[in-house]
Amino acid sequence: MSLLTVEKLTKSFGGLTAVSNANMHIDKGELVGLIGPNGAGKTTFFNLLTGVYEPTSGSIKLDIDGEQTEIAGFKPNNVTKVGLARTFQNIRLFKDLSVLDNIRIAMHQNIDYRLPSALFRSNKYYEEEERLRKEAEELLDIFDLSHKKDEMAKNLPYGEQRHLEIVRAMATKPVLLLLDEPAAGMNPNETVHLTKTIAKIRDEFDLTVLLIEHDMSLVMKICERVYVLDYGTMIASGKPEEIKNNKRVIEAYLGEDV
Amino acid sequence: MKVLNKKNIFTLIIIIAIYALVQLLLTTGTISSFYEITIATICINIILAVSLNLVTGFTGQFSLGHAGFMSIGAYAGALINMSMKSTSGFLAGILIGAIAAAIIGVLIGIPTLRLKGDYLAIATLGMAEIIRVVFLNMEITNGAAGLNGIPRFTNWTWLYLFTALTIVLINNFVRSSQGRACISIREDEIAAESMGINTTKYKVMAFAIGAAFAGVAGALYSSYFYFINPTMFGFQKSIDILVIVVFGGLGSITGSVIAAVLLAVITTMLQSFSSLRMIIYALLLVIIMLFRPQGLLGTKEVTDLFKFRRNEKVE
Repeated sequence: MSLLTVEKLTKSFGGLTAVSNANMHIDKGELVGLIGPNGAGKTTFFNLLTGVYEPTSGSIKLDIDGEQTEIAGFKPNNVTKVGLARTFQNIRLFKDLSVLDNIRIAMHQNIDYRLPSALFRSNKYYEEEERLRKEAEELLDIFDLSHKKDEMAKNLPYGEQRHLEIVRAMATKPVLLLLDEPAAGMNPNETVHLTKTIAKIRDEFDLTVLLIEHDMSLVMKICERVYVLDYGTMIASGKPEEIKNNKRVIEAYLGEDV
Repeated sequence: MKVLNKKNIFTLIIIIAIYALVQLLLTTGTISSFYEITIATICINIILAVSLNLVTGFTGQFSLGHAGFMSIGAYAGALINMSMKSTSGFLAGILIGAIAAAIIGVLIGIPTLRLKGDYLAIATLGMAEIIRVVFLNMEITNGAAGLNGIPRFTNWTWLYLFTALTIVLINNFVRSSQGRACISIREDEIAAESMGINTTKYKVMAFAIGAAFAGVAGALYSSYFYFINPTMFGFQKSIDILVIVVFGGLGSITGSVIAAVLLAVITTMLQSFSSLRMIIYALLLVIIMLFRPQGLLGTKEVTDLFKFRRNEKVE
């Protein structure tokens, strides 16, 4: 069953077409990779999916409760509401807030009290805040971050900050998780840990994951299917082994024969 | 009722204790009527600073138009109070002043809050000037001459009640999920959006709540000082409020309270040096900002200091 279907997605910035006629489909439960050389348009593609940019043309359909819904042109907060959560290539945590607050902010769309309850602290406020705290702590517990919950996000080591970003995205209760270069800048140990985390997300939360990555070993190890983007067009897709031997992919990465 | 927990009861006792103490000093005459004006100024400045702090300190939207919202409350309060010379008229004036300011806040907020940083500051400044010019030219507000002979209902009790109410409600707001949504906008607007937070909605919400309390402050002001005119609510007034907020710490409610008290005390003490007063005042501000650029308390609250100690004991 197809969870996400992208058809002929195009984005032009003036004369530059960053993404052109890109197609992609992701089934429920899959772990899909998106690779490509620098400047191929991977992050633009992500930004189109998450509503940061509005597509020039094309469609993005998400399966919401069995119904194919067009989400192209949704605002980022509405994209998150229908179940797409993302991380950022350059970490964008709420640096001066505690780890717990980072998670609680991501859970905001699940709270069930309104402004008057907040201002006058009704019983509902206390009940919901307690539920929120409990859920946030449970989530941090699953990802081994609960001992750092009161620490400021900026004081975490780099690897843990990347980790926290993933956990924060998970806190929005997504159906599809988009990871933008989660292993960027990580040392080999941290990458191993990350690989485990991604596997855990897949297995324990039954989530679908799309990740952009430069670290080929990571992509080849965990992704079931890989899409390759070059100069804004999808040049190949398939299983990791197929991609590894694909002539066009090798050309895109290493250049053509002279 | 979960509101009646230990912490809240303790807060309530402190609130009542402060009220009783000042009331005692007033009735025994230890605080002369000269200093009573200082106390009124402090209370009004606290309401203004705490509400501006919600917009600028917590939500991170740099606004220079707070005096504009104050003037809406002041005029609405004064007009209603002058036609209904009773306590209920006074309270109705405050309520309608707050609602009117909040509505104007929403109307101004929706177009201007798309802007960021300096541009937003300039836009809000312009909006406040427009409000001032409107009051300057309307017949009902008596133009440049302003309104005279507003009945005085504001006294220490009302001032204290509304000041305490402002602090409690805004504190409740910033410690709720809605408040955290506002804080996340200050921290990183793009990340906040991708966490499912409707940033426009929460920016406008913070702006409207801030405006409403500025309206309350304005209504109290007009009823205490008998007299208002449009020049009182100019650019200078907005800057005065901003100074209190920055001085106390952007994102610290108790900081705003302490700063409002300190600055009022300094101004009163300097009154005997009349000619040097503004120079010393300005110099003090420069010195304090040089040594504590984050303001007196930064983003911390006074209560955080106690929490820190308690944690230390446990370890």
